[in-house]
Amino acid sequence: MSNAMIEARDLSKSYGPVDALKDVSFEVSRGEVLGFLGPNGAGKTTTMKILTCFIAPSGGSASVNGADVFDDPMGVRRSIGYLPESTPLYTEMLVLEYLEFVAKMRGYTGSEARKRIKKAAEQTSLGDVIAKEIRQLSKGYRQRVGLAQALVHEPPVLILDEPMSGLDPNQAAEIRELIKEIGRERTVILSTHDLGEVQVTCDRVLIISKGQLVADDSPEELRERSGKASYRVTVADDEKGDDKRIRDLLGKVKGVDRVRPRTADAKGELIFAITPTGSQDLRRELFRAAVDGDFVLLGLEKKAEGLDAVFRDLTTGESGTPKKREKKASAEDKKAEARAKKKARDEAKKAEEEQESDEEEELESPEAADTDADSEGAGAQDADDGSDDSDDADEEKK
Amino acid sequence: MTNIRTIAGRQFRSYFNGPIAYIVVSVFLLVLGFLFWQTFFLNERATAREMFNYFALINYFTLPAVTMGLLAEEKRTGTIELLITMPVTDAQVIIGKFLGVLGLYLVMMVLTLPYVFSIASLGELDGGPVFAGYFGLLLQGMALIGIGLACSSFTDNQLIAFFAALAFSVFFFLVDKFLPLMPRGLQPILEFISFDSHLDLMRRGVIAVRDTLFFLSVAGLAVLIAFRSLESRRWS
Repeated sequence: MSNAMIEARDLSKSYGPVDALKDVSFEVSRGEVLGFLGPNGAGKTTTMKILTCFIAPSGGSASVNGADVFDDPMGVRRSIGYLPESTPLYTEMLVLEYLEFVAKMRGYTGSEARKRIKKAAEQTSLGDVIAKEIRQLSKGYRQRVGLAQALVHEPPVLILDEPMSGLDPNQAAEIRELIKEIGRERTVILSTHDLGEVQVTCDRVLIISKGQLVADDSPEELRERSGKASYRVTVADDEKGDDKRIRDLLGKVKGVDRVRPRTADAKGELIFAITPTGSQDLRRELFRAAVDGDFVLLGLEKKAEGLDAVFRDLTTGESGTPKKREKKASAEDKKAEARAKKKARDEAKKAEEEQESDEEEELESPEAADTDADSEGAGAQDADDGSDDSDDADEEKK
Repeated sequence: MTNIRTIAGRQFRSYFNGPIAYIVVSVFLLVLGFLFWQTFFLNERATAREMFNYFALINYFTLPAVTMGLLAEEKRTGTIELLITMPVTDAQVIIGKFLGVLGLYLVMMVLTLPYVFSIASLGELDGGPVFAGYFGLLLQGMALIGIGLACSSFTDNQLIAFFAALAFSVFFFLVDKFLPLMPRGLQPILEFISFDSHLDLMRRGVIAVRDTLFFLSVAGLAVLIAFRSLESRRWS
């Protein structure tokens, strides 16, 4: 036996002709916090429902803490604390009454039940509202009640379906802290489409799309898989109108893919967003370019590409059409393919750039340069929609 | 067993945590009291038979109302998922629910006892028919609760559950009311499945095995259907 707390083997689930889940396999080891990521309808909830024995898979099997979902569903349920999506609770009950009910259902009575309820309520800071009706509670507090009910029997495994959805940022931060705390001693699976949350809370991320597993990695590695960072360069604007010159100088730095001007935050500044071709660090080269080109560098910032871009890249086809990915392996193939495409495009770009710099020597008018930039934008982008999207996302984040 | 008790207890208390129990029980008592006492003195006989008649009649309407939410509401809010993913079997959930409503029904039955005592104070009341009458009501109630539970298991809309259960209840009530109009061959069957015909003997103080088994079978079958329906979520 492995050290896996949760084991899913080729899980499939079909609703009639629709495949909600197709051959999903993964393992979660003891004490791991696993983020389950995917667009709506990707199969996150279905997987969780299978693991909690609410529904049965149509193919494959799974076990939790050594108990099989088919052979020993009671054993599975005993090992799991579960918080379904949107926190369904008996709203007409008092918080304490509800926790007593849960404790009883879990087989605890008398002082043992009281002890456990007290502990769960303390962990989730429910002290103030313990005598209130659940219907009177805010969403944040309801979420805590939901977590408390999942903790009463101190399960080794917690399964939380979108524990943060619908919470305001403060509540979300509190719940996140709570989950982190809980995750220190337990195996946690949480599903979400909030990528920030995954980055903060999870040790590992599974990305699921259209019922299939498309990635299984740590958040850092996933980000690296996209292989890219972007740079934001702030240059002093001496109002001599040489932004075009600076832009081209930056564009000529080795390893730079694309330079795009951005709206400046303050007067006297020029801001450029730079996309590199590969994953090498460009900061030294950019600095030297400034020295050689005699412009003043006010700021140079390297930003790792967000998980959002990776997420989007993995869960949507290029151009948005859904493309079947047979298995994880083929997803990898796809990546390689995309990389190859990109390389080809880079070469084309380089040629274009050389041409552009030639033109510059003939002192092209700024308008002409602009149309150039536009055509570059329109023409080259088709080759790689994914990376373009991510650039836009970066922009939005600012 | 503990699980069943816990679920039944929660279900029972949930009626009294909200307004449902108070509304249903008070309306029930008002209507029953009105119907019963209106005609009681005309008969000039100290018998509870009329009360059992009206009680059984009202059941066809109140029991669909108290059972409609049993599973439908839990499905709508999603609490069913939390309930079922605790270490309980589907059967325990269904039986617990059934017993929870039965508890409420027993409360309704107990609350009609003052009527019986009033009758007894007005004249010589024969205990046998009273016992048999309550026994019949219990059986009829169980069958109707089973039907309501089954209807509630197929939908997540309480209103649909209510009207479906009402349709079944009214069917079992009316089925022998138009016997002469029915084809001759169907008549014995229709009479057999009528709830009223099975209550008839018990109102007169006779508890027959045949009638008892009939109601228990209906209740059992309905509960089984509810169980299958709940279980079907796993495979659909």
